[in-house]
Amino acid sequence: MSQSFIEIIRRALDEELTRDPAVHLLGEDVAAGGAFGITRGLAQKHGAHRVRNTPISEAAITGLATGAALCGLRPVLEIMFIDFATLAMDTLVNQSAKYRYMSGGQLAVPMVVRTQAGAAGGAAAQHSQSLEAWFVHVPGLVVVAPSSPAEAYGLLKSAIRLGDPVLFIEHKRLYTMKESLAENAELPQIGRARIVRAGDDVTLISYSAMLSHAQEAAELLAGDGISTEIIDLRSLVPLDLGTIAASVSKTHRAVIAHEAVLNGGFGAEIAARIGSELFDELDAPVTRVGCPFAPIPFAPELERALLPGTADIVRAVRSLLT
Amino acid sequence: MSPFNLEQEHPLPGSAVATREGLLEMYRMLWRIRTFEDQVRRLAAAGEVPGFPHLSTGQEAVAVGVCAHLSRQDTLFTSHRGHGHVLAKGSDVEAMFAEVLGRETGLCRGRGGSMHLVDAVNGVLGATGVVAGNLSLAAGAAWAMQTRGATDISVVFFGDGATGAGAFHETINLAVLWKLPVLFVCENNGYAEFTSREEHSKVKFVRRFAEPYEMPAQTIDGNDVLAVLAAAGEAIRKLRRGDGPHLLECMTYRMAGHFVGDPQHYRSKDELAAGHDKDPIERLKRHLLQVGVVESELDSIGEGARQDVQRAAERARTAARPNPATVLENVYSAQSLKTIVG
Repeated sequence: MSQSFIEIIRRALDEELTRDPAVHLLGEDVAAGGAFGITRGLAQKHGAHRVRNTPISEAAITGLATGAALCGLRPVLEIMFIDFATLAMDTLVNQSAKYRYMSGGQLAVPMVVRTQAGAAGGAAAQHSQSLEAWFVHVPGLVVVAPSSPAEAYGLLKSAIRLGDPVLFIEHKRLYTMKESLAENAELPQIGRARIVRAGDDVTLISYSAMLSHAQEAAELLAGDGISTEIIDLRSLVPLDLGTIAASVSKTHRAVIAHEAVLNGGFGAEIAARIGSELFDELDAPVTRVGCPFAPIPFAPELERALLPGTADIVRAVRSLLT
Repeated sequence: MSPFNLEQEHPLPGSAVATREGLLEMYRMLWRIRTFEDQVRRLAAAGEVPGFPHLSTGQEAVAVGVCAHLSRQDTLFTSHRGHGHVLAKGSDVEAMFAEVLGRETGLCRGRGGSMHLVDAVNGVLGATGVVAGNLSLAAGAAWAMQTRGATDISVVFFGDGATGAGAFHETINLAVLWKLPVLFVCENNGYAEFTSREEHSKVKFVRRFAEPYEMPAQTIDGNDVLAVLAAAGEAIRKLRRGDGPHLLECMTYRMAGHFVGDPQHYRSKDELAAGHDKDPIERLKRHLLQVGVVESELDSIGEGARQDVQRAAERARTAARPNPATVLENVYSAQSLKTIVG
């Protein structure tokens, strides 16, 4: 039975709430289902104390979740849009991420911050950003960005069971995507990338909603006789450099595609790692596809004009092979 | 052993009760904190303390009066000026020194330092270097306690400067809304770093911020350990009963600068002298003399505390330094580390 991303995330949360009494959901409107209806019905099933509405106070509720995690709960906090995580940055960066280290290993913050990112449908400049690179820069945080409903299911459950603070980034464009879950599948280990498509001529590295563009691009390129290997990173921290290295050592070319702006984006980090560690393997410069350096505009034609897509990836790959 | 034995009550000003032994134990703790920070100042001046420690000299009565009511299961959060709170909660003096000196035997193995003290088994869940940065964490700890149905409470100490931060107001709103067992203890020392309260806010008393949220709050003399003991005792009794959060504003005076080495051009010699007249240790000493404790006993307690602290400092100075090869430990859990490559 195929289910939407929203239904599958709800199922993962429901199962984790059932499995572990330490798991608690909190966030703005979550008892009523949240802005996207993801947590609908969970408060009725698990109790208002475990699926708890909060005031619109991102700083305080992120600290609340962190303090509760220090004391044995496993909070799953929803920050409605990643753009609003800016209001919680002090807690995430200065407290949650560093507690294990600063305390010399005495304490841990097993907490998941579910948030939603990316551009779609005119959400405009303050509800559309892809800000993952900020969090990747902070030692102590785990950053996960699933590319599909089935992926999100396993990764979310693994994230909830992890002993570290996890930023779990859901792209809003994926919310309506449908997929069937494999029954009794083993949960993925966070930090392991997956090969989505095997190929020989070029390695295409992506994550989150950009992965579907990568898959479309690979189909088009196959028509030209170009064989593309696609890696879905799944988590940016930990980064699975081993899988990247094995693939690039085979294809000798790499393209990194993400929706975030190129400037200071995570693609730059991957490109630098490939450049320094696999230089001898490369037949072409590592190339990046991402957003031009501008805020996300409102009007649909402007949004389309700015966002990177399938055609940009195809163009980037072709440029390496001609 | 708890310094307070309710079986043998001695009425005190206000509603607090304590035994003679309890009062003398508080006197000893005040000296322990005072002399601990004297040693930190000395070691910092000698260049032995990395970073910039912040002293609570003059504010010790708040720490002692509040922490007298806490058990190890109660959690404590504090600010950059937290040595006194951590000591009063019962943490080991030598491990504290070792941490401030950045040694492997320190509370946090030298990873935290003066501003990030954590002693988890003792309920000290942490100091923070960010003003108002952990008020919400204290509320979160209280939420965990509420969830367990425990009578434990969470306490957070902060300065009046923290009330300028949005996190303070957000946290109070949430704590009241969820009726969390968290005690907010504001040490109003009249200064936010180098600038007087008058220049920071039109709201003179921090307790006023509690009013719109209908949170019980009071302003007390934070240099009178007996007043702190009484007020904190009453507040904590209600907190354990499930009455919800409480704000205790303790008026005090920072006899030291903002940090060790602060030239303090922003306040006059007269003001500093007046501040020293309010010394909480002298206040308790006068009270104890009035109720018949002999001065030689008090002197001996003070001297004993000073010597204990000094010995602990000397032992910490010779403690092992962290091994640089361990610098990457504890960034992540072993579970996450399994997959971290590069």
